[in-house]
Amino acid sequence: MQLPPSPARKGAALVAGLALLAASACGSGGTSPAPQDAAGPVELSVSLFGTFGYQETGLFAEYEKQNPGVTIKYDSTQSEDAYWPALQTRLASGKGSSDVQGIEVARIADVVTNQQDLWTDLRDTAAGSAVAGYLPWKEKAATTKDGAVLGLGTDIGPMALCYRSDLLGKAGLPTDPATLAAQASTWQDYLALGEKYKASAPAGSAWTDSAGGLYNAIVSGEQKIYYDASGALVYADNPAVKQAFDTAAGAGSTGLTAKLEQFVDPGWDAGFGSGTFATIACPSWMIGYIKGKAGDAGAGKWNVTTLPGGRGANWGGSYLAIPATSPHKEQAAKLITWLTAPEQQARLFTKVGNFPSTTGGIAQVSATTDPYFANAPIGKIYSTAAQAAPVQILGPDDGVLKKVMTKALLSVEANGVSPADAWNAAQQAAKQQIG
Amino acid sequence: MTLTLSRPEPAAPDAPGQRRRARRSRLHAFEARSAPYAYIAPFFLLFAAFGLFPLIDTAWISLHRYRLGSSMSFIGPDNFAWLFTNPAFYNALLNTFTIGVLSTVPQLLLALGLAHLLNHRMRGRTFFRVAMLMPYATSVAAATLVFAQLFSRDAGLINWLLGVVGVNPVDWRNGSWAAQIAISSIIIWRWTGYNALIYLAGMQSISQDLYEAAALDGANAWQQFRHVTLPGLRPTILFTIVVSTIGASQVFGEPLIFGGGAAEGGALGQYQTLGLFLYQQGWQIGQLGRAAAVAWVMFLMIVVLVLVNAALARRRERAA
Repeated sequence: MQLPPSPARKGAALVAGLALLAASACGSGGTSPAPQDAAGPVELSVSLFGTFGYQETGLFAEYEKQNPGVTIKYDSTQSEDAYWPALQTRLASGKGSSDVQGIEVARIADVVTNQQDLWTDLRDTAAGSAVAGYLPWKEKAATTKDGAVLGLGTDIGPMALCYRSDLLGKAGLPTDPATLAAQASTWQDYLALGEKYKASAPAGSAWTDSAGGLYNAIVSGEQKIYYDASGALVYADNPAVKQAFDTAAGAGSTGLTAKLEQFVDPGWDAGFGSGTFATIACPSWMIGYIKGKAGDAGAGKWNVTTLPGGRGANWGGSYLAIPATSPHKEQAAKLITWLTAPEQQARLFTKVGNFPSTTGGIAQVSATTDPYFANAPIGKIYSTAAQAAPVQILGPDDGVLKKVMTKALLSVEANGVSPADAWNAAQQAAKQQIG
Repeated sequence: MTLTLSRPEPAAPDAPGQRRRARRSRLHAFEARSAPYAYIAPFFLLFAAFGLFPLIDTAWISLHRYRLGSSMSFIGPDNFAWLFTNPAFYNALLNTFTIGVLSTVPQLLLALGLAHLLNHRMRGRTFFRVAMLMPYATSVAAATLVFAQLFSRDAGLINWLLGVVGVNPVDWRNGSWAAQIAISSIIIWRWTGYNALIYLAGMQSISQDLYEAAALDGANAWQQFRHVTLPGLRPTILFTIVVSTIGASQVFGEPLIFGGGAAEGGALGQYQTLGLFLYQQGWQIGQLGRAAAVAWVMFLMIVVLVLVNAALARRRERAA
């Protein structure tokens, strides 16, 4: 059935009409689109979520200095959950989106399958020549069926295991990264160490933060998670999902987890400093997060080693993209190409931990160590993990399904729901939510 | 006026002045007739733009499959069928009710007590009255963030106090009743003062003679409260109940922020209210059609609640 293009636009027109009727003095506020890349000064608006690190490491200021006439207007929404819906309404109304917008990897499948018309095909811009420099799978995820490239990868999220060497030492467990990695080479071994930790751990400290986090770390090492290569939903029958769920639920129901939901429970943030949990599967971008939450007092207490499971894993990583309505596409393309170029990515990794998504950037960071994490060779650990990690199949509802699973696992650890019941509830909720 | 106008004019030289006067008085008549409409127009225009239009548009959207970021396709009442067969909806409905009761009942009782105390002559009366209204002037977000800290499992003040008297720490976020009580306490804290002030105003309109008469009859303070204050306050109490009920059916900010910005309302959805359920459908899952269906069902429920309240009030009045 053919329907009018955009109800939101219709609504805006009606409101504007009523405003005129009421003879409001402020006018309708309509702006005529600026001419495409007019010469002279240009203001590029950049809207991101969370911490990309560009502002924090002075990259915006540097770009402005190198390109006289360009000013960057930057804003960021802390929570991606709030950022994305707001952006969607702006895209639907054709007004108000910025020249550069960040896209989280869990949204990219939705963007390439459903929103091709709303974004700029970067092949036609200054960014086109740079596309070959990114990891092939990273750009493939941002490429539509017709070959349009809709985003440039800012970073990827290879995973490692972050742990509190002070707490492990108190519980009589190995504190040396190599020994720990050797003793926790599989997830079963890792949980067996957890049992030992539980037996002699300091009071109020659990082995890991949450069953949901553990589940996510395990499935992030899989190629096929919620969708198969043809785009069909397979979460219900995928043995990898069930296995990861059961493993995490087992850990949750035997008290190996601190029951702190990631990024949602304020106790989770506090836990990095207070030691409520001793280990956590940490993608590279969490390196900066841990430093921020544990603060100076945490320096030297945290360390990094290889993730159990032996396969590497990837969680997260984002894209920069240009909405189709941007009047400064060419300038914006130059900016995002520069921001995601190898040199800048390497600098970001050293400063905030975001791991490069360009092959050139990865080559530059392989020797990086981090004094905060007891001089752990984070460059080498994350490079190895990135190489080993399988290329995940992404789908438009990955985010919703992950949330459903995480929630079910929280009910196991915090509410005493049996793993089998929680699994069934998750299946039912998944059907309700995406069906 | 029409008579004056139609009366034949005797002198010709006066005619232009007469015509002008006639025109002016016609203008006056038009003005007098149209002025009320013009005066109320701003409200109705704004209401049409921001009340009526969204309401009707939401009804239209609720008949579509509409994913955030893509286009709508008509599916008839499927969203409502989905809603009424969804256990998560009934769970949210029940939570809205229990949180509503947990927050409204203590809130109104406390407010009544506070108002009664403040109705006495005392030092610093104005200070206490203003102080009571402070929580109401605080933003939901700020209040909830502070309460979330107080109710924190590992380092919260409440659990510390419980520990002092030997009670084990409570997992306020993840427990079912615990989370609902924590959220209700935020609502109680914010709204008690507001209701107390309304009660206080009601109490002050009760004639002092009634109290004197009751005192002469030998009624003590409690009896005066029961037999003079309460009956006198009946319309005020009814008003606060109506307002609190509507407020309770729309509770949103407190559970959202208490849950750390997640719309699930806990692992089991144990504190997911209808407002959160709507938000989850529309903005976290991106199903705007379903969210619109939830919005309409909520709207109809509130209309029914208001009608029930009004009917009760009318019956009371007739009985009184």
